[in-house]
Amino acid sequence: MASDTERRNLPPLELYVPEPKFRPGDEADFSDIQVPPAGETRRPDTAADHGEMPDLAYGLVRVLDDEGKAVGPWDPKLDPETLRKMLRAMALTRAYDQRMFRAQRQGKTSFYMKCTGEEAVAIAATFALDRDDMCFPSYRQQGILIARDWSLVDMMNQVYSNKKDRLMGRQLPIMYSTKQGSFFSISGNLATQYPQAVGWAMASAAKGDTRIAATWTGEGSSAEGDFHSACIFAAVYQAPVIMNVVNNQWAISSFSGFAGGDETTFAARAVGYGIAGLRVDGNDALAVYAATQWAAERARTNKGPTLIEHFTYRAEGHSTSDDPSQYRSADEAAEWPLGDPIARLKNHLIALGEWDEDRQAEMDGECAEQVKTAAKQAEKNGILGHGLHQPLETMFEQVFEEMPWHLKEQMQDMLDENEAANNVAKTR
Amino acid sequence: MSRDDNATTQRNMIQAINSAMDVAMERDDNVCVFGEDVGYYGGVFRATAGLQEKYGKTRSFDTPINECGIIGVAVGMAAYGMRPVAEIQFADYIYPGLDQLVSEAARLRYRSAGEFTAPLTIRTPFGGGIFGGQTHSQSPESIFTHICGVKTVIPSTPYDAKGLLIAAIEDPDPVVFFEPKRIYNGPFDGHYDTPVEPWSKHPASDVPDGHYVIPLGKANVLREGSAVTMLCYGTMVHVTMAAVEQLGIDAEVIDLRSLLPLDIETIEESIRKTGRCVVVHEATRTSGFGAELAALVQERCFYHLEAPIQRVTGYDTPYPHSLEWAYFPGPVRLRLAIERVMEDVSGEV
Ligand SMILES: Cc1ncc(C[n+]2csc(CCOP(=O)(O)OP(=O)(O)O)c2C)c(N)n1
Repeated sequence: MASDTERRNLPPLELYVPEPKFRPGDEADFSDIQVPPAGETRRPDTAADHGEMPDLAYGLVRVLDDEGKAVGPWDPKLDPETLRKMLRAMALTRAYDQRMFRAQRQGKTSFYMKCTGEEAVAIAATFALDRDDMCFPSYRQQGILIARDWSLVDMMNQVYSNKKDRLMGRQLPIMYSTKQGSFFSISGNLATQYPQAVGWAMASAAKGDTRIAATWTGEGSSAEGDFHSACIFAAVYQAPVIMNVVNNQWAISSFSGFAGGDETTFAARAVGYGIAGLRVDGNDALAVYAATQWAAERARTNKGPTLIEHFTYRAEGHSTSDDPSQYRSADEAAEWPLGDPIARLKNHLIALGEWDEDRQAEMDGECAEQVKTAAKQAEKNGILGHGLHQPLETMFEQVFEEMPWHLKEQMQDMLDENEAANNVAKTR
Repeated sequence: MSRDDNATTQRNMIQAINSAMDVAMERDDNVCVFGEDVGYYGGVFRATAGLQEKYGKTRSFDTPINECGIIGVAVGMAAYGMRPVAEIQFADYIYPGLDQLVSEAARLRYRSAGEFTAPLTIRTPFGGGIFGGQTHSQSPESIFTHICGVKTVIPSTPYDAKGLLIAAIEDPDPVVFFEPKRIYNGPFDGHYDTPVEPWSKHPASDVPDGHYVIPLGKANVLREGSAVTMLCYGTMVHVTMAAVEQLGIDAEVIDLRSLLPLDIETIEESIRKTGRCVVVHEATRTSGFGAELAALVQERCFYHLEAPIQRVTGYDTPYPHSLEWAYFPGPVRLRLAIERVMEDVSGEV
């Protein structure tokens, strides 16, 4: 054992605290990010053992090259019709986000979160899943619902907490839930959906079902213990689950280094748990599709879980409550080396001769119109703050299946209080 | 720049909390602050703004999003001899760190026979009234008062917030410091459509620039009266004061300031004088801190009571986003409770 005297000449220890490369006022320069050419990464057989593919957790699966051509072994070879549908879902999601963001600014709701720049992550993955595979999303995967042609009016009703809101105004805007849409109820508590998705997948396997589960979390939230609990259960029980980490570089004001991203990749966490791990260009819809399809095939053939890191960028603020100019360089989004997912898919279709700028402009116009029509319809059902849209009693319903005595009493108290308040209002 | 310790500045609660950490960090370089978005950005509510610039990033830093880690690391730093002040972004997110607080921080002194201690402070915004939905609105304070070895403190004014937070940071035991976020920027009378009145227009908002402490465990009698004792804390202090003034009732209003340790003498003294008691909190009713208060008052002042103790609380449901103002205990709920407690035995008011 070293004695105090022996140590005396040692230099003092220093606490290391990571720093992002750019702050407000800095010029963003991403030239150090390793972007391998599209098509270069190998594609193992879906039956391969997880131990044979640690390199994929450190690489970057890319399909679309700079000319918009799809290249290499991961090219999912989708037909133009599917590609156009995917492009449309992505454009529609962006238009939806724009409209709802504006609605929040106009005071029609309390809060909103955009997924701008990350549309491929949710949408291309959903295209590669079956309609009844259960999704356990975080709050930035509205694209799943849109890719499943879920009603925009229904989504907006939730955002407005109005009388047609299927969640009866109980949830924060954007925290959708629809069992019919195989979309698990979103929680505000980060990463809690991760072990739940594993549990759902374990149940599906235990019951001899054919459905699999998929879940999403931000890279920031992947620091939560729940993430690691999910990994260990997924590995131990070979659960048929796809675990997506959306590495959009920022968790509110904290860069990915605070989640461990400076030391290794997020996909590489899979290696330690004995899970297949893929790192994917998250702005390349075809790469996201291909990786999800690969992982889904593994899950469906009892080859166990896959952890997919989607390398992408959060092009807008964290939420309507956030001002990203306070903590990051203004030109990061523009300088992001992987481009914009919608533009890249569009260019691919154009390169195939299956699309052109005029049709794109026309489609964008249609999406804006579709969103506008839906918003008008949803607003007819009410917007937040303009009167109470849910009967007061609903507050006490569904805490339990049957209402216990104390809630019945409290409900009566509330009704009495409301009457007393109305009497005051009348005599004023 | 040296601080004029006698000077005061008009501060809202956020600024007062910021000033408390600033003063504590300046006086003692063992004090460090950390949490999600706390360092460079200064916290999503800006409570730690400027501290990293001033004290450097080893004393004010961002952390991974991992509440268990945040609290666990605070225990380790405190055991080393530092004075960590950790922020949990919203009280609703303290649960993943609960084991570190409940099983570790709270018992370290006891189980090591005093050899190791955990003088840490956990700051966290709590309460509703900001359309935060069910995951940004809860009031979990009673959970902490149920744990042996943790102190639970809740300010209601900028002046108190600063004095209590400095006391918490300097306290030798773990303290959970709940910040009522509805009144971060100013007082609030319980009507959802009342514009926030800035603290700068409020007489209580002169906050000393320098160091001062408000001892933990000392309640504040905000208003003397003889008809009924109102026990409250946090945002509810303001709602209670507004309701009492509106009703024109001769109520004694006690701001508890610290739930544990609790200033039982001030409470007992008041009940013996008024003979009636209403407890007010925003948290759900069942097993809420109001139950503890009611039991204490009943055990110690039963023969002085002239009416059953009344509880004004939130309901036993999660906070519903769009019905949050029906959930929130406002002036009408207070009025009804006061009317009930003022009924005499014959049922006459
Ligand atoms: C348990 C928990 N802790 C903290 C928060 C507060 N919070 C909400 S979003 C967020 C950042 C999440 O970042 P990331 O996981 O990277 O997802 P992104 O927003 O970038 O998509 C934080 C800290 C929370 N909702 N839940």
